[in-house]
Amino acid sequence: MLKNFVAATAAMVAIAGFAGVAHAGKDLDTIKARGSVLCGVSTGLAGFSMADSQGKWTGLDVDVCKAVAAALFGDSGKVKYVPLSAQQRFTALQSGEVDLLSRNTTWTLTRDTSLGLNFTGVVYYDGQGFMVAKKLGVKSARELNGATVCVQPGTTTELNLADYFRANKMTFKPVVIERLEEVEQAFFSGRCDVYTTDASGLAATRATKTSAPDDYLILPEIISKEPLGPAVRHGDDQWADLVRWTLYAMVEAEEYGVTSKNVEEMKSSANPVIKRLLGVTPGMGKMLGVDEDWIVKIVKQVGNYGEAFERNVGKATPLKLERGLNALWTQGGLQYAPPIR
Amino acid sequence: MALMTAATATAPRVPPWNDPVLRGWAFQVLVVGLFGLLVLFLVQNTLDNLERQKIASGFDFMDKEAGFEIGDTIIEYSAASSYGRAILVGIVNTLRVAVLGIVLATILGALVGIGRLSSNWLLAKICEVYVEAFRNVPLLLWLLLIAKFIRESLPGPRAVADKGLFDAIFLTNRGLYVPVPLDHPAWAWMGLAALVAIGIGWAVRRWARARQDATGQQFPVFLTFAGLIVGLPFVVWLLGGAPVGLSVPKLAGFNFAGGSVLQPEFVALLVGLTLYTSAFVAEIVRSGILAVHRGQTEAAMAIGLSRGQVMRLVLLPQALRVIVPPMTSQYLNITKNSSLAIAIGYPDLVASINVTINQTGQAIEGILIIMVAYLSVSLSISLFMNWYNKRIALVER
Repeated sequence: MLKNFVAATAAMVAIAGFAGVAHAGKDLDTIKARGSVLCGVSTGLAGFSMADSQGKWTGLDVDVCKAVAAALFGDSGKVKYVPLSAQQRFTALQSGEVDLLSRNTTWTLTRDTSLGLNFTGVVYYDGQGFMVAKKLGVKSARELNGATVCVQPGTTTELNLADYFRANKMTFKPVVIERLEEVEQAFFSGRCDVYTTDASGLAATRATKTSAPDDYLILPEIISKEPLGPAVRHGDDQWADLVRWTLYAMVEAEEYGVTSKNVEEMKSSANPVIKRLLGVTPGMGKMLGVDEDWIVKIVKQVGNYGEAFERNVGKATPLKLERGLNALWTQGGLQYAPPIR
Repeated sequence: MALMTAATATAPRVPPWNDPVLRGWAFQVLVVGLFGLLVLFLVQNTLDNLERQKIASGFDFMDKEAGFEIGDTIIEYSAASSYGRAILVGIVNTLRVAVLGIVLATILGALVGIGRLSSNWLLAKICEVYVEAFRNVPLLLWLLLIAKFIRESLPGPRAVADKGLFDAIFLTNRGLYVPVPLDHPAWAWMGLAALVAIGIGWAVRRWARARQDATGQQFPVFLTFAGLIVGLPFVVWLLGGAPVGLSVPKLAGFNFAGGSVLQPEFVALLVGLTLYTSAFVAEIVRSGILAVHRGQTEAAMAIGLSRGQVMRLVLLPQALRVIVPPMTSQYLNITKNSSLAIAIGYPDLVASINVTINQTGQAIEGILIIMVAYLSVSLSISLFMNWYNKRIALVER
């Protein structure tokens, strides 16, 4: 009995001790030793992260995971996806269950500081909107006084919603359901008058979850700024740098016209920026701790930012989202990568 | 024990490491000490890790503005209230569904349990099917099914705006809207009067028992009690000016305004918990009744007690001894199972805490609050049921 107890005690002490060490050490070394990136994604949001019937994940957020794996291992397939609910995501990242959270997550000061996370950039500049059934005859969010609103818990959405109604001296009744599928079902069955989430999410829901998308209207008001981006936990700046610059590399590649189709020809370009970008002039990869041709691998296997956008959420997809704020800065948008030099 | 002391007294002095009493103590101190160290180590390690990752800790967040709305609350709450208040709303909501669930499951379960013993074949079979259907399917599935059924099958508020029962009661997918009396001071006084009536009724019962024990004369306690509990509040109502004002639900914009509403999520959770647990209660009641020997009934009938008296004075007191202990577990199960509310969107304690954890990132504190809250509620139920069990236990003479 006592022997068992001592053994159990020793085992528990060992586990707790190792957990402490793992947090303190370098995440990047752990990831390299493991040979794959553990990437936290959503449980299924069309266009951003969604598994198909074969369990293959696609979406803009998923492409970030793939690009990081391509840069680090030279193979965009070396990613293990961990679907997380809105409530699980931060704990999962804090506790080391995932290395990288790429799950339509809004960058806020609280999350960046007291949650112990580092956001590494913005994949999609979004904003919160409202969707209603057309038959209600509502044309503006200002007319929503007294409405019942379906919303997911544990998101900035919930707070923005309360703020917006308070600011406009209106009242509402929330119906808060954790699972995305359940909250969508509650809205389409008429339990709520309004469904609110990021505008891209509304478009995704309308495009994929109802047989009559034309019966629903996304109201013109955008009530918040929702910069969605990948995050890592505090403690390993080298890993954070890699994730940050992977995203910038995709944006930079689009800016200089490097696509998955022409990346090989571009290697012989005379432009010094492109030469640095594609590792023809070496140095960049070494500084990040990856191969010199890391951006070639990213662009070849995943594409540049514009390609990823159009493939997952763009005009040709069911979501039919405009580039809007997510156009390059040279085209009036906000996507701007610091120089890779 | 006496044997052992005698042995040590007569035996020659043993060195302390061979003294069984001393050795027993030493090992126990060692084990407790090791356990204490382990706990200390785990807590310290957690705090260190939180500190290293700059994750906030402590309970300062309880006073901060919560900023989120809660859809179903019976105490005052708005987005401007604090996290502490939001958690309190969650606790109240959990208690509301748990208490109502316990009462309803007990009544329904007792009826079904007795029904299974009925000599009427059809009734017994129906009760059997009921029990098997509800206890053999996971509760979560029942909850989802009931919630979906309410949402999908009932019409929206605009569709029934002119089709209410008496133009006052409306059944919609937003809930059941019923008229309620307008605020009036008389209502509070009536509640007080009802409490007084219960007090008097209890005193009358004591007096009647003492008199019956002494003289054998009976007193209609039940009728007196019924008269008191209806009559006293009624008199107070008359004295208070007989208020009759009603707040009637009326369609205003998207929803009904006025009146009171039973929300679908609450109803779904309450119905789900009640049906599921009543199946278990039914089996407990059945086993309790079957545990009382047939001879008891026959003997009671033989001395001329009526059927009701046989049940009330002979069968139930003996059956309760078998019923109460497992019943405690079922009551605890209802309380804990109410946390499945999160699946269908009823804002219970777990829902409030989950949102709080997500906004503040302080998972450890949040989980601690949940654990302490459930532990307090469960221990209270346990204590009460153990007290009741002692009270009805067989007193050996």
